[in-house]
Amino acid sequence: MNTQTNGTAESYFERPVPADVEIPVLQGIYWSLQREFWENRSLYLAPLGFAALFLLASSFTTIHLHEMVSEALALEPARRHARIAAPYDQLGGLAMGILMLVGVFYCVEALQRERRDRSILFWKSLPVSDLMTVLTKASIPLVVLPVLVFAITFATQAIMVLAASTVLLVRGQDVSAYWAEVSLFRSGFLLLYHLITVHALWAAPIFGWLFLVSAWARRSALLWAFLPPVAIAALEKLWFNTAHFASFLGRRFMVTPGTDAVTVPGAMPMHPMTQITPLRFLATPDLWIGFAVTAVFLALAVRLRRYRGPN
Amino acid sequence: MATIEAKGLGKTFGTTVALDNINLSVEPGRIVGIIGPNGSGKTTLLSAIVGLIPCEGELRVLDRDPWNARDRLMLDVCFIADAATLPRWAQVWQLLEYVAGVHPRFDREKAEGFLSRTSIRRAHKVRELSKGMVTQLHLALVMAINARLLVLDEPTLGLDMLFIKTFYDTLLNDYYDRNRTILVATHQVHEIQHVLTDVMFLDRGRVALARSVDEVESRYREVMVRPEQLPAARALKPIRERQVLGGTVLLFDGVETQALAALGEVRTPSLADLFVSVVGAP
Repeated sequence: MNTQTNGTAESYFERPVPADVEIPVLQGIYWSLQREFWENRSLYLAPLGFAALFLLASSFTTIHLHEMVSEALALEPARRHARIAAPYDQLGGLAMGILMLVGVFYCVEALQRERRDRSILFWKSLPVSDLMTVLTKASIPLVVLPVLVFAITFATQAIMVLAASTVLLVRGQDVSAYWAEVSLFRSGFLLLYHLITVHALWAAPIFGWLFLVSAWARRSALLWAFLPPVAIAALEKLWFNTAHFASFLGRRFMVTPGTDAVTVPGAMPMHPMTQITPLRFLATPDLWIGFAVTAVFLALAVRLRRYRGPN
Repeated sequence: MATIEAKGLGKTFGTTVALDNINLSVEPGRIVGIIGPNGSGKTTLLSAIVGLIPCEGELRVLDRDPWNARDRLMLDVCFIADAATLPRWAQVWQLLEYVAGVHPRFDREKAEGFLSRTSIRRAHKVRELSKGMVTQLHLALVMAINARLLVLDEPTLGLDMLFIKTFYDTLLNDYYDRNRTILVATHQVHEIQHVLTDVMFLDRGRVALARSVDEVESRYREVMVRPEQLPAARALKPIRERQVLGGTVLLFDGVETQALAALGEVRTPSLADLFVSVVGAP
């Protein structure tokens, strides 16, 4: 209020007004991600706990591994591989499931919980933009989680190979045949490729949609996320007796082009690299349409976060 | 440059008018109390000032448009929007690290210094702290930020008297200087009377009164008048009358103290009394 100015006020202005300073973008991203890991410890605890459980469970079979390997080595190559690599493939498959679950639950909560617990008022009192917040949150299911789950799975598989090799060596068996079938690095590469292409890039619109619902819904975001697609499919069936929408979703998300090598588990070819076709995958128009849709969903989520206060 | 400059500020939610043509100019170094009953538009006004909601009219805070430059503005503006907005899952050290990480003007040692005077420990989770301790923690974080405007919306709601006193003492002694502007909204007038340089009464979205405290203290007088003096007193056009034990108390605006002294005991009204007379009148 400018009704009165103190005569003494002037002298206090000697104190320097803070200069224009800003936080480097990378530093902002780092701390925004750090915050997500503090808040959502399940992001790493779930895959870690699962890996520990799997190691424990597989350790029982590892004790008798030499018998299994002797049997398997007598089989024809394809079945031999299936037999020996089975636990590794199972681990990879289950890791994908964990990735999906953790990702979906993270996304639906990501922009809703901060409004529910009113902490959004605290986050917004800091010089972090809504865009930065939403993008760092989006990078969790799209980049961070796939890489994290891969790293944990790969480390687990490495431990399994080490344990198996120890048992085989103690029993005086040759480990090279076992290693050849397990092919840790090749299957690790396939898993990483699969996680990034199928679970991150190809599924990006799903995560974008979940973020949008999370930013919009006041409560039960998970329900709101699944209700509209189900309702549209049901109404279409009811009114037109067709299932275009459902089959569109099915086609879009069940089949991923350019990832043939991993979509047929067990039938691991001799040269799997030839089956990985990143160029064909990247050249798929649907992929880019998916990116565009994701961008729209995320832009809407940013806008909603700007307008929405606490619930 | 004024810290806050608002012209014709308006905001409606559906059919409810929350802010109705608010004009406001706050210079650096002022401590402004925005006082109003619940639902008078205090929170809406403060939310607009810190860029949480858009509104009609012209609003500049530190020469920026808060709605379109909130993240940039937050380098120079701090706010505590509510008594409990710190994330309950967070541990104290995490909050310190995070704010230090994203705010270039946060002085971590200063914040830890403030915290060392409390019983809050670095390993505490926010959910383990009492309401008063959460407010202390939030205040410690905010006071360690070298900002130019601090906005507090009912910061002491639900706290006991001792906490409230410490809260404002800390704010005055350890934070306030003539470069900084503080805006406090509350409906508990008596708590902040001694802290303020300016007051603004808000009533149903409108400014009912906006003056410096010095001006308020020099202009308004309360006189306890005996019944026989009432007609003479009323001739001086009091702005309010109220009955108390043993007489009538009349409130005058801009009447010479000497003229009033003849009528009875003259005193300066408290902000609470003034608030009731200005806003409480139907």
